[in-house]
Amino acid sequence: MLVAALADDLDASFEAVVRAHQDRLYSIALRVLGDPRDAEEAAQDALVRAYRALAGYDAGRIRELRLRPWLATIVLNLCRSRLTRRAPAERRALSLDEPLPGGLEPRADEGRGPAAISATKATAEEWAGLLLTLSPAYRTAVVLRHVDGLSYPELAIALDRPEGTVKAQVHRGLAQLRTAFEAARRAEREEMTA
Amino acid sequence: MTTDDIQLEPALAALRATAPPALAPNVLVDVGLADHFARFDSPIGPLLVAWNGRGVSEVDGTSDDLEFETAHRARTGRPAYPADRVPDRLASAIARRLDGDRRVRIDLDLRGHTDFERDVWLKALEIPRGEVRPYGWVAAEIGRPRAVRAVGSALGHNPVPLIVPCHRVVRSDGMIGQYSLGGPDNKRTILASEGVDLPRLEQLASTGVRFIGSDTTKIYCLPTCRHARRVTDRHRLEFHSAAEGQARGYRACLVCRPSSAYAA
Repeated sequence: MLVAALADDLDASFEAVVRAHQDRLYSIALRVLGDPRDAEEAAQDALVRAYRALAGYDAGRIRELRLRPWLATIVLNLCRSRLTRRAPAERRALSLDEPLPGGLEPRADEGRGPAAISATKATAEEWAGLLLTLSPAYRTAVVLRHVDGLSYPELAIALDRPEGTVKAQVHRGLAQLRTAFEAARRAEREEMTA
Repeated sequence: MTTDDIQLEPALAALRATAPPALAPNVLVDVGLADHFARFDSPIGPLLVAWNGRGVSEVDGTSDDLEFETAHRARTGRPAYPADRVPDRLASAIARRLDGDRRVRIDLDLRGHTDFERDVWLKALEIPRGEVRPYGWVAAEIGRPRAVRAVGSALGHNPVPLIVPCHRVVRSDGMIGQYSLGGPDNKRTILASEGVDLPRLEQLASTGVRFIGSDTTKIYCLPTCRHARRVTDRHRLEFHSAAEGQARGYRACLVCRPSSAYAA
């Protein structure tokens, strides 16, 4: 519906795209990057780039677009370049091609995870912190599937990978997340018994 | 308790966040589907300037934000969102432009206006600070010598007064004429602040003097041309028409092109 309106009159309908997608693009960027200021800039930049791309597309091409994964791809590309621009200590390539064998990698970012989870149920802030301990490829897949709610076919489009690959990335990401949660809970127990 | 009893999916779904309120306006302004506006200081007091990712779209004397937003939407079809202040780069570009620096680049968003109007405004941009040109001069320079009234009307609709100096275009009889940004008094204030000697200009106009000649160069100019202002009293001649100058063997200045002024 929205793409048909976009194809007819980009300027008249683009605001509707912004209103419909700003929260999800901001959420994706926030959970991948971890920083609200960075996330706002990435989401804003993504929508501006989307407009400029649409302005160059003919009506037929716009009608065939799948907006949800297409916009996700744009914001992820911007997140990726922001991650690679960060300080070398923090830098990890957001590679989608090299998941380690076994699926349970060591925590990629020792400095960032929460030291302890204070109950069996973690707060949203604690989950967000745990997400950031995942490798970028798994984090991205988990965020798109479970924070943004993309379907696997949409995920495959957004990440330009076969559906089987993105499914595996999501499952391994979730497994890593459980491991990170367990580790944090253990840390908390040790703190209590110490 | 095993790790499997942790409900990951609801916990992750709860990580959806709400975009900051400034995000959507910033996007729309960036792509030119909305504008930001803020105040800046000018020789006639604080004014509103509106801009978007394509350039400056309006300069306006309205003091009430809501009134401006309504009028801006009526004129452009776009919403206008108040900004804390004019961005530094734009603020310094405007200040330099008002100071007479014509090289400083200020992008303009003139969508929705006719080619004729744009031609008139771009021509007005060529008039240096401290000088004025008659409406007829603009008309002739853009190749529409008979469209003097249309030029006056286009200048009256200039959406970016001061940045496009329509105040430097005056009546063909040399009188100051109307001004869209708050009336002729503001036009006088701005021209005086730019160094135009208004009493002298009006005195020349009232006695029918249109051109100043120099008997050393045998060139005649419009009265405010920088070359005319350099001529000393001893060498200055006053002409009521181009024909009068030409009859005495004077040629038109190549800088102010005075013959354009009364071409119609």
